[in-house]
Amino acid sequence: MGAFFHVFRKEVVDNFRDRRSLLTAVAMVAMFPLLMASLIGFQIDRSFDTETDLVSLPVIGAGHAPNLMRYLESRHIDIVAGPGDTDAAMAAVEAGDLDVVLRVPENFGEQLADMIPAKVELYLDQANTAGDADVGRVLDALYAYNQTLANIRISARGVNPNLLRPLNIDTIDVSTPSGRAAILLGMMSYFLLFSLLMGGMYLAIDATAGERERGSLEPLLSLPVTRSHLILGKIAACGVFMAVSLLLSLLSWFVALRFIPLAQIGMTPNFSLPVVFAAFLLLCPMLFIGASLMTLVSSFTKTYKEAQTWLSFVILAPTMPILIVSFLNLRPRLEFMFIPSLSQHLILVDMISNEPVNLLHAAISAASTLALGAILAWACVRIYRREALLG
Amino acid sequence: MIRVEGIHKSFGKVHAVRGLSFDALDGRITGLLGPNGAGKSTTLRILCTLLRPDEGTASIDGADVVADSHGARRRIGSLPHDSGLYPRLTARENIAYYARLCGLDKGLIEDRVDGIVKTLEIGDFADRRAKGFSHGQRTKVALGRALVHDPGNLLLDEPTAGLDVIATRSLRELILKLKDEGRCVLFSSHVMQEVAALCDDICIMAAGRIAIHDSVDGIRQRTGCDDLEEAFLAALALVEDD
Repeated sequence: MGAFFHVFRKEVVDNFRDRRSLLTAVAMVAMFPLLMASLIGFQIDRSFDTETDLVSLPVIGAGHAPNLMRYLESRHIDIVAGPGDTDAAMAAVEAGDLDVVLRVPENFGEQLADMIPAKVELYLDQANTAGDADVGRVLDALYAYNQTLANIRISARGVNPNLLRPLNIDTIDVSTPSGRAAILLGMMSYFLLFSLLMGGMYLAIDATAGERERGSLEPLLSLPVTRSHLILGKIAACGVFMAVSLLLSLLSWFVALRFIPLAQIGMTPNFSLPVVFAAFLLLCPMLFIGASLMTLVSSFTKTYKEAQTWLSFVILAPTMPILIVSFLNLRPRLEFMFIPSLSQHLILVDMISNEPVNLLHAAISAASTLALGAILAWACVRIYRREALLG
Repeated sequence: MIRVEGIHKSFGKVHAVRGLSFDALDGRITGLLGPNGAGKSTTLRILCTLLRPDEGTASIDGADVVADSHGARRRIGSLPHDSGLYPRLTARENIAYYARLCGLDKGLIEDRVDGIVKTLEIGDFADRRAKGFSHGQRTKVALGRALVHDPGNLLLDEPTAGLDVIATRSLRELILKLKDEGRCVLFSSHVMQEVAALCDDICIMAAGRIAIHDSVDGIRQRTGCDDLEEAFLAALALVEDD
């Protein structure tokens, strides 16, 4: 097995010196979680702001409806003086200087007293999505004020206001905070797997198609070395690069999740260091499949470029089951554990959601993944025994 | 010693080697001479066990290339058409990698690589990465790599192709040195002068067969041509008449 170790070592050293490919892979793997974190964090901040922050509402003719203004202020809406007239208001909203303007006509009070539906005008731009939240707050407040007045009027006439409320609609959210986190973080296993494969891609290509393109495969195979040792050494080197990439991705997620205020939206994902470590162990069998599969596919190709084209498709294959499952929202079941990548995804989601992990499931997942990896590695050995390899 | 007996090799419909037989002896340089497509590279690939002959046998110092391919590879060093160095490894690392793969003892490897660096006079660039090497430098390092397990037989596939005058001359001197050490050198080329300048025996190949196998003088006599280039063409004509 000496040759196995020497090939392994040479491929690791050689590819470690390929700084450009290395940097590309590292940047992709390490930056992605941080990028996601800042995006998600930004979104949460925005939705969170709207609950408590003051919305400032420019009003034209605020003096015509002092009660309404007091009501709006009680709902954290800050009344400010609006533009001079309706034309100025429309121009300001259209230009995006103001998100929304409320106009209270002069005869608002009279109409209200006469039981005529009293008119208020709200100027807004539906194409301006940044103003959506503020507009929603103002509209909600106006509808609520409308309801309050209606209730007072009906009560004053001795009628139960509930007559106007035949339905009492109450939505009950049964998801636990961790469960909600799992939906958001379900895609994490997708990216972990992607990072794992990404980390070994360049090495897999360089050690097979690259070797052939450089003309170094022929002298290598002319050496008194058993070919299976050569190819297994290459697969092992690929696996180590994938492992490092996976670890990097896990740590990057670990750091990134500190910066997402998930607790603010009721999510408490469990991604502590022990979980990071467990996730690494859980995904380790996938290294074997990833390295063997990439080595196998690029062994069929003749040039670096050709291998790159093929592998960019192959990299999607192991991630497919995860994509499908996150759309269907499946729960772990015994038979799913026989499907590599799907099984790891389901177990990982349980781990993150703080639910107990079924050890039998984990064992079946590891065994079936390793078995498929062994089949792929065996196929690589078979290909390297064929003389057509030199093509 | 390399012995080839009646080997055939086809790729699909192309019958590249058709009943080739010859011996290449120790301490001599044997030139495999022929036009492009004569089957020279296929023959060399069969000898270093990359290809299996469809018929016939070939052996390296008695080790059959099919039955004992591992033994045959141990006895042979091969310089392929492309030097095939690893561009991100230094010359020394390229050679040491092959030494390790051949199972040399850890303690021996450094001495062995140093010895090769000295013999091939590549000390100037031995610790530079192969990426920027000239064609001549690459060929020398690749030759050093082929010698790392001290094989008794050497296969050189058009080693001087594309080299400048000085590089060619220094490579020739090296090949002569290897011959004087008692090795069997098999050398393929399609350049007549190259073979004439270096070889003791010449096999002229055409269309997958040996047209003539003799010493340089023998070929002159048998074809009745004084000029080797004429002799080459005459020998090719012999095959085409068959």
